[in-house]
Amino acid sequence: MDARQTGRRPRLAVWKFASCDGCQLTLLDCEDELLSIAAEMEIAYFLEASSAPGPGPYDLSLVEGSITTPEDAERIRHVRRVSRRLVTIGACATAGGIQALRDFADVREFTSVVYARPEYIATLERSTPISANVPVDFELRGCPIDKRQLLEVITAFLADRRPVVPGHSVCVECKARGNVCVLVAHGTPCLGPVTQAGCGALCPAYNRGCYGCFGPAETTNSGALNAKLRALGMSDPDLVRVYRTFNATEEPFRRASEEAEGDA
Amino acid sequence: MTHKTIRLGGLSRVEGEGALLVRARDGVVTDLQLKIYEPPRFFEALLRGRSYEEPPDITARICGICPVAYQMSACQAIESAFGVEVTGPLRDLRLLLYYGEWIESHALHIFLLHAPDFLGYESGVAMAADHRDHLERGLALKKAGNELVATLGGRAIHPVNVRVGGFYRVPRPRELAPLAEGLRRAREHALDTVRWVAGFDFPDIEHDYRFLALRHPGEYAILSGSPAVSDGTAFPVTDWPAHVVEEQVPRSTALHARLDGTGGYLTGALARYALNSERLSPLARSAAREAGLGPICRNPFRSIVVRAVEVVHACDEALRIIEGYTEPDVPAVPVDPVAGVGHGASEAPRGTLYHRYRVDEAGLIAEADIVPPTAQNQVRIEMDLRALIEPHLDLPQAELAALCERAVRNHDPCISCSAHFLELRLDAR
Repeated sequence: MDARQTGRRPRLAVWKFASCDGCQLTLLDCEDELLSIAAEMEIAYFLEASSAPGPGPYDLSLVEGSITTPEDAERIRHVRRVSRRLVTIGACATAGGIQALRDFADVREFTSVVYARPEYIATLERSTPISANVPVDFELRGCPIDKRQLLEVITAFLADRRPVVPGHSVCVECKARGNVCVLVAHGTPCLGPVTQAGCGALCPAYNRGCYGCFGPAETTNSGALNAKLRALGMSDPDLVRVYRTFNATEEPFRRASEEAEGDA
Repeated sequence: MTHKTIRLGGLSRVEGEGALLVRARDGVVTDLQLKIYEPPRFFEALLRGRSYEEPPDITARICGICPVAYQMSACQAIESAFGVEVTGPLRDLRLLLYYGEWIESHALHIFLLHAPDFLGYESGVAMAADHRDHLERGLALKKAGNELVATLGGRAIHPVNVRVGGFYRVPRPRELAPLAEGLRRAREHALDTVRWVAGFDFPDIEHDYRFLALRHPGEYAILSGSPAVSDGTAFPVTDWPAHVVEEQVPRSTALHARLDGTGGYLTGALARYALNSERLSPLARSAAREAGLGPICRNPFRSIVVRAVEVVHACDEALRIIEGYTEPDVPAVPVDPVAGVGHGASEAPRGTLYHRYRVDEAGLIAEADIVPPTAQNQVRIEMDLRALIEPHLDLPQAELAALCERAVRNHDPCISCSAHFLELRLDAR
């Protein structure tokens, strides 16, 4: 029975897989809201913050990190079983993260570069998003996620509605913020036209081109953007690299990088 | 023969995930392993072939709690390969950004991770039920640090404004001025925090630590300096590979860093304080004196006091930089990539963080080596645990497990610096 029917506080769990901890830290970075959240929800499982993990089931599970080991592939199935709603937080959980660059390489070779005794390492050939392993109720993007969007996810859960998270590109946010377009005005390569909004158009506000850490927007035209980026002097290997960072395996970014690679 | 096995699964209130396995026979610890089950993420491998401009953004993703530390060590390593030095107001801005991270990371550790141990709570949030004013002060302090990082870096986690050579955009003096007000309040909070944590009940335990920390001629080293060891030796950062060697030991969970042939040295707050306390700001020095810290603190439980003193210092120095700030003429010094090897080290909140890169003539990374603080401290943490456990083997399992967890948290391990951690597999032989 879920929390609304029993009148008890809904139970929140925070889980970690292969990741940097930054997205779950975003919850602790809600300095002004943390104690209010704790009043509305029972923080039942959050190893980074508490040494008293409560047992499942949980009403809302926030999942950080990607699946990279056989054990984690099992563990995420357990998490799904004990969670009424499962929301992935961040680029690792939603797209495989920076560690998914192994997908474009040989993971055994990667292992031998870092470890003298690679035979001790148990790792999968790919770093997969949570949705490739179990059904997911909502995916929150970003490397890291945006605090306001995380609060929207939690608020929407408590109000039993779907989170309102725009799927449009960074360009829309950039105009709303009143930034000068770094791509057009300064000739700075920028992934804003193909990247999902959510950060608040941070990079252009700091005179820098967007580097795509929120992953692809709902609709993208990377062909047109690539032509523009080439005209600004970017080589094909440069283009491959800009699409292959924290969301490299997301289909629109994968296609864009492979298109550039094909031309290389 | 009595045989006791303590398993502590799901080590909590550390950043990242680990577990501890201890075996004892007849009152003697026969085996002790701090297990790290952070899956390897292969940063050193995936950095190869990337542009020299990318390590600050990519290595930030090793740790969401101390991304600035990774950015600073990475930038300085690459700059050293190119013979570039960032000085003057640009260096001051780097320091300011780094102080923001220290305030944020230390406040997180002190209030949400470490203090609950001394007051008997399972979490900072649970502690708030009886100590709401303290937790609110901690959150205010943490917020002041995050605001500093977000103003200079664009956001608190994985800042976007750091580049090799400096920044993409430098702040106007009027953007920094409002931070000063918040920092003055934060400094008061920090002084209160020192007094608060100094009054905790500390187990009477000291270890004969061998400390390693950066030293800087004019600063309590954070951004840069030369590695110094408490036995009196010191060496330039470029000699790091000759002194610190990482070994993959069979039947062990992690690469063990050895310093000049010996394992078990300590980096982090206790090490910095032991080697550099005379370079703390006068206010931080007097706070340390009032808190009863001598010139060296060897009790790892008291590291919470040292961290609080470091927060006073960070607030103080950040204010000094803001008050003397003049906007640099350019946001970054020009950088021309040349083939070469560069070394960089800085003091992450949890210890010395070293990066080395070999860059080819096209400006692409050919080789990367990252030595995070927790990889260096792992052997020493295991030694702490062994010494702590042996006299207490008769404690009830749950109590002993809690004591062990506390001993690990004393060193603020950032286990997600999995650049160098292994998943455990027991050697069958």
